[in-house]
Amino acid sequence: MAVLVIAEHDGKLLKPGTANAVTAAAKMGGDVTALVAGHQCGDAAKTAAKLAGVKKVLHCDAPHYQGFLAENLAALIVPLAANYTHIVAPATGFGKNLMPRIAALLDVQQISDISGVAAPDTFVRPTYAGNVMATVKSADKIKVVTVRGTAFDAAGEGGSAAVETLAPGPDAGLSKFNGQELTRSARPELTAARIIVSGGRGMGSAENFKILDALADKLGAAVGASRAAVDSGFVPNDYQVGQTGKIVAPELYIAVGISGAIQHLAGMKDSKVIVAINKDAEAPIFAVANYWLVEDLFKAVPELTAEL
Amino acid sequence: MKVLVTVKRVIDPYVKVRVKSDGSGVETANVKMTMNPFCEIAVEQAVRMKEAGVVSEIVAVSIGAPQCQETLRTAMAMGVDRGILVETEVDVQPLAVAKVMKAIVAKESPKLVIMGKQAIDDDSNQSGQMLAALLGWPQAAFISKIEINGDNADVTREIDGGLEKIAIRLPAVVTADLRLNEPRYVTLPNIMKAKKKPLEVVKPDALGVDVAPRLTTLKVEEPAKRGAGVKVADVKELVAKLKNEAKII
Repeated sequence: MAVLVIAEHDGKLLKPGTANAVTAAAKMGGDVTALVAGHQCGDAAKTAAKLAGVKKVLHCDAPHYQGFLAENLAALIVPLAANYTHIVAPATGFGKNLMPRIAALLDVQQISDISGVAAPDTFVRPTYAGNVMATVKSADKIKVVTVRGTAFDAAGEGGSAAVETLAPGPDAGLSKFNGQELTRSARPELTAARIIVSGGRGMGSAENFKILDALADKLGAAVGASRAAVDSGFVPNDYQVGQTGKIVAPELYIAVGISGAIQHLAGMKDSKVIVAINKDAEAPIFAVANYWLVEDLFKAVPELTAEL
Repeated sequence: MKVLVTVKRVIDPYVKVRVKSDGSGVETANVKMTMNPFCEIAVEQAVRMKEAGVVSEIVAVSIGAPQCQETLRTAMAMGVDRGILVETEVDVQPLAVAKVMKAIVAKESPKLVIMGKQAIDDDSNQSGQMLAALLGWPQAAFISKIEINGDNADVTREIDGGLEKIAIRLPAVVTADLRLNEPRYVTLPNIMKAKKKPLEVVKPDALGVDVAPRLTTLKVEEPAKRGAGVKVADVKELVAKLKNEAKII
């Protein structure tokens, strides 16, 4: 057994999810190698070498890995695959984009978004928006797996893996990276936050999200949203928590003006403590809440911010 | 240019899914079925591109049971020109979907394939990226905007921290994210018109594709339930509970 973990990073630091993927990889058995591929990512490779459980780091640096284009990364990773029994990545936007391309080129049926490792070839994964947990066994020689970060603890520091330089693969020339527009925020990232304050359709407007911002700032929390709030144009899509957005499991999740559609619950029901504030006493969100308050959010939220 | 879109028939996302008592799968008898929401967005995009004069023909493909013909008819009522059903009762997993689509692409020679980013039943999020890989084409997954510029497409993708812009060479495969568009409702006259549009049925064997599943489902079960919650009377009580009981703030 030997596992290759594809690290997600920003050139300097690893993104949340990679350390959790390392923990999942360790459960699959065998030595864990981390691949840090990108443009000017030497620092990220050094960070990966410190992760507990990582035996070796492969560092590959080239301009055509800027933007992490799947075509170029797959061309680098596929020839390495023969050395490994498992290829693992976090089930983030990065992993979801890249891993199926690798799996198809290896003629492997990928196993997406696993929440458990039952055996080296058997995994548990949520389906139907987390309402059905499926245990699946792979018949493929190499297992290509993406890992749900919230289902595994993050591997700690304390490792001292050797960093090996890997020669870059070809530039496929099929696609070109033209830049990113990142949502700037001083608040923590949704998938790494200890506390999340989320708003739904009940917020009524983009402007009204300011009252959630104030609450979030008081708590040091991240701000999220339901798909309904994104659909209504109140907030950008990267705020979305749910089946088709981000999967989160913070210590405290405060759902404000969110009714609790199946697809939203899929993204947050593993949170440790859930608070729901909604004026509709019949809102389905109350079924998963530890504490629920039936009140107009425009009264309750400022009051809560003042109370804290 | 010609565009291929894919449509999957899934359990309606607003239906509560039930696990069969023997743990072998999910109850589908007498359950409301619908087109996967992300496939609807893919179809809508193709139709809008045709309305804008960028696309000349749209072909929709569905893979599965004979009832998928209904899903194809819905796509045709939205504006798709013709449908292809690849009929099979096998549980077609994403790699097999990609192989079937590769065979269809070889026959149809589209310049663009638009797929949904994810089916809301198995939540795999793989088929589009896999198809691009098998064809050796560029991929743009999770797109919220696409503009065709000759032999290239400028695409905006939804990424974890915001948006990303890439340019891809055509032909290519793209997968639709939520904000690409808002699908139209189908109207009765269009449903009637759709009945007359051509719909071809083929078997995977005829395409030379092996769709046998690679993953075996050993069991399915419902997730652990959360304990019953407590209703609080006001904000003061909520704060007290969070401080003293949950000890979280």
